[in-house]
Amino acid sequence: MKEVMDSQEIKRSLARIAYEILEKNKGVDNLALIGIRTRGVYLAERLAKIIGKLEGITPPLGTIDITLYRDDFQEIIDQPQARGTDIMFDVTGVNIILVDDVLFTGRTVRAAIDVIIDFGRPKTIQLAILVDRGRRELPIHADYIGKEIQTKPNEFVELFVKEEDGEDKVVVMKKNEKR
Amino acid sequence: MSLKSKHLLGLEDKTKGEILEILDTAKSFRKILDRPVRKVPTLRGITVANLFFEASTRTRTSFELAEKRLSSEVVNFSASTSSLSKGESLRDTVENIEAMQVDIVVMRHSAPGAPHFLSKRIKAAVVNAGDGTHEHPTQGLLDLYTIREYFPKLEGLKVVIVGDIKHSRVARSDIWGLNKLGADVALCGPPTLIPLGIEKMGVKVYHDLDKAIKGANVLYLLRLQLERQKGGFIPSLREYTQLFGINSEKLKLLSDDYIVMHPGPMNRGVEITQEVADCDRAVILRQVTNGVAVRMAVLYLSASLIRPLEK
Repeated sequence: MKEVMDSQEIKRSLARIAYEILEKNKGVDNLALIGIRTRGVYLAERLAKIIGKLEGITPPLGTIDITLYRDDFQEIIDQPQARGTDIMFDVTGVNIILVDDVLFTGRTVRAAIDVIIDFGRPKTIQLAILVDRGRRELPIHADYIGKEIQTKPNEFVELFVKEEDGEDKVVVMKKNEKR
Repeated sequence: MSLKSKHLLGLEDKTKGEILEILDTAKSFRKILDRPVRKVPTLRGITVANLFFEASTRTRTSFELAEKRLSSEVVNFSASTSSLSKGESLRDTVENIEAMQVDIVVMRHSAPGAPHFLSKRIKAAVVNAGDGTHEHPTQGLLDLYTIREYFPKLEGLKVVIVGDIKHSRVARSDIWGLNKLGADVALCGPPTLIPLGIEKMGVKVYHDLDKAIKGANVLYLLRLQLERQKGGFIPSLREYTQLFGINSEKLKLLSDDYIVMHPGPMNRGVEITQEVADCDRAVILRQVTNGVAVRMAVLYLSASLIRPLEK
């Protein structure tokens, strides 16, 4: 297990991403954050908090579960439980910041975009990612990136968060050391 | 997680954990039904056959809606238009359906155990949509789902099922499900419509309506199945209504916190008065909406178990 980001780095990356989001979208108007379950949700919450502190207004927050939109339904043996999507605001005409921890093949993001579009027609969907590990299988890119790292196909990149794991860090693991 | 069997034949052979898993999965599908686009691409490429050997409108429609909202392909097959009327046996019909490479079969049949027979002979997952007077598991599940919306804790909840228990597959599935989740179940109806020995299922039996429903949280009314009364089980509809019909006066005997349920279709003026059917404690239409979500969950969980096994 190799640590690639510690809690300070994660904190600074999120702060920078928050500034970049505000710069690109010219403030908090018409902005909403949507985290992809499960780790993306924690990051979206933190980004919303930082933006709220900077601007005085906290943008609406949603969560997405992509289980029902996967393209490998017929291949995976142990189906994860579908935990539901919560988007309690109208997405039509809104600039949506989609938040996830790790960008890899791009298939999760593809599914998440489909989920959002089933709720309406956003003005834009932008992607914020803490770690881009490369090896894309779809033409998808992130608009805001915490850190880019090089990885092998058989490695896992995992985000640990205070809320669930007691500490914040990003690690690269080999297949057999998966937690 | 994940269920032990890809089939849903009845609630008798499901554990409490399995029932809760289906109900929890249904929650995410219920949310989808409130969205502008009430459809998810989950079961693309999966084919579901609806085999209805017995008339049904709402269950078949509910299943079909659930299948379409999951993006599966749907084929319908009903007794009146099928070759059953030309004398084909159940087994031959089923082998033909199998040859068409269907993944899930939803079946209603008048013979108890027909889906069990089917499940042993085909590769597809079988979902029982009602077999004779035996079980109607998806109705049982949608009833449990609806009760949990109002009473999150079923332990010790007082549920009374009133009416024709003898001919009711709904009652049987409800009793299995409610008992497994810890509810306190009582039955009430004329002695001719309550099967002997049903107490063995872990229920109390009453023939006096007022005693049965006193302090109940859930009043579950069954349809008096007019087509099954030729055997002379009740002297007259009028007498049944007088002794077992529910009107607003009767509701006063219930607990302060109660709901009224009915699997439909209702005989207004027989087992339930107009006022009760339309009162704000009646959750009958909510049951119908929840039915689609619960059936989506059942199909989704069954489908998630078929593919890996085939590979």
